[in-house]
Amino acid sequence: MTQVDTVPAPGAAPAQRPGPVRRPGSVRVLWLLVVVAVLAALLAASVAVGSRAVGWSEILAALGGSQETIGEAAVTKRIPRTVLAAVVGAALGLSGAVMQGVTRNPLADPGVLGINMGASLAVVVGLAWLGLSSATAIVWTAILGAALAAVFVYAVGSLGRGGPTPLKLALAGTATSAALVSFVTAVALPRGDIAESIQSWEIGGVGGASFRGLGSVAPFLVVGFAVSLLSARALNSLALGDELAAGLGERVVLARGVAALGSVLLCGAATAIAGPIGFVGLVVPHVCRLLVGVDHRWLLPFTALTGACLLIASDVLGRIVARPDEIDVGIITALIGAPFFIYIVRRQKVREL
Amino acid sequence: MSATHRLAAEGLTLAYGERAVIEDLDLAVPHGRITAIVGANACGKSTLLRSMSRLLAPRGGQVVLDGRSVHRLPAKELARTLGLLPQSPIAPEGITVADLVGRGRHPHQGMFSRWKREDDVAVAAALEATQTTELAERAVDELSGGQRQRVWIAMALAQQTDVLLLDEPTTFLDVSHQIEVLDLLTDLNRTRGTTVVMVLHDLNMAARYADHLVALAGGRVHAAGAPDHVLTEETVRAVFGLECRVVVDPTSGRPLMLPIGRHHMTAPAEALAAGEPIS
Repeated sequence: MTQVDTVPAPGAAPAQRPGPVRRPGSVRVLWLLVVVAVLAALLAASVAVGSRAVGWSEILAALGGSQETIGEAAVTKRIPRTVLAAVVGAALGLSGAVMQGVTRNPLADPGVLGINMGASLAVVVGLAWLGLSSATAIVWTAILGAALAAVFVYAVGSLGRGGPTPLKLALAGTATSAALVSFVTAVALPRGDIAESIQSWEIGGVGGASFRGLGSVAPFLVVGFAVSLLSARALNSLALGDELAAGLGERVVLARGVAALGSVLLCGAATAIAGPIGFVGLVVPHVCRLLVGVDHRWLLPFTALTGACLLIASDVLGRIVARPDEIDVGIITALIGAPFFIYIVRRQKVREL
Repeated sequence: MSATHRLAAEGLTLAYGERAVIEDLDLAVPHGRITAIVGANACGKSTLLRSMSRLLAPRGGQVVLDGRSVHRLPAKELARTLGLLPQSPIAPEGITVADLVGRGRHPHQGMFSRWKREDDVAVAAALEATQTTELAERAVDELSGGQRQRVWIAMALAQQTDVLLLDEPTTFLDVSHQIEVLDLLTDLNRTRGTTVVMVLHDLNMAARYADHLVALAGGRVHAAGAPDHVLTEETVRAVFGLECRVVVDPTSGRPLMLPIGRHHMTAPAEALAAGEPIS
């Protein structure tokens, strides 16, 4: 093996100089602290703030396990809801970042690519026709639907010249999504008995959260998080183009498949428990890239934290803007995300990442 | 210095779908030398290079590195010996030069291993060799074409391979940057003994910089050897279908090809093609 440090280039000073040339990590660390602080504040706010105003003493009592007053009971209900919002937000943010890395597509997002709707249709079909009731069965169904939709959209988007360009993938995803929505309606409409539960699940919400429900998706989320985070290095190579990635010793097809699996697990499980929540996976990675750059080893954990922040914030917002009613979190994220989506599309360079 | 590596194509057949691009091709890459592959558009130059770096599985035959088929070697092990700079690699938006060059360390890192001192040393040396040290903190998007190409070569250097394959490293560069890149590759070859294999468009550049010139035509090696022997009027006619004169380059002593077109000739084209002396 050639040792570069022993053979300096002609005319150059000896290269025996450990370069102070890497990007300073201090900016990233600073942002990390900021995001963690924001997350902690939002977690506290999510427990403290709701459609019912509750005093501090009741909040503290509820955190201690008491449920004696209505206020304390309300706060007790907010705890699993907060955890769910954090976990689902983290899953969707990370899932979006991995999907954008796998497809090198700045528009990739579980919602835009129709993957959430794939999970939804599978779940609705399961509820309406197959009589699914156990939480685990629903999760499996959702993940299967997500995977099928992902494969279908990628295949359709890859047809024709130029392979899967960002625009073609987004179009294929959007068209598939629209078709799947109509299927969902067609399946659910004649079934008055389950229509209401489907409807509230369909918009996307974290209101009905329970720790039992979370427990049933936990294994999928854990595997999804692990696989996605471990794909960071591979995504860094894939970002340089398939040829260079292969030249760097990456097994391109395998790496892409594994990362996509992690991403589908995350958004499938998130959809199974909270319904199809759009735009988190789209907005969060773009914001995080501005903060910490394009190195996936930093970017991926960051998108998880920021995704949790965004979803908790959206949920809290949904609880207070329409008191005493609540607005489902999926509507809030759409309100935030749709303009952002237009902004990204309108930017001059919609190019491969 | 680098260990001796033997890279060769043996009876190689490459195809996209039904269309065979390379047929039953034999090619030995001389160790520690600069090899340039030339040929007409769509003659399979880049395809051959892709297959030599295992991007394309052969339909028949094999590419052998030190006695083992490259398509059977573990990916990272191969990537520590053989580097590839494709024609149009992608720089992620906003990535800094140092980060990009650091990604060349990928084959030397395990899934959990951290950035080590030797990685820093390799990146610093690669930046220095390509004279991009002062660009280290700049975003790659902001650089000029010539600077960017030097950065990509720096990334390939950080990979620390003894064999380096480059697909048209001078395309899109103006002539001074072409010379800069080819001089840089020659430096690497002379000081480190890196075996360089590159696809080049420009015959005269290839003849100037290569120790070993390979002319492809019709999916086969038409001629291979020292530029003096390969770059002849007959070869150019057979490979490119072009009439030309080949003279001795007064600066390098290498062959220099002067194309004969239908215009701008001081002597009649037939006379030139017949090899009569230029007055």
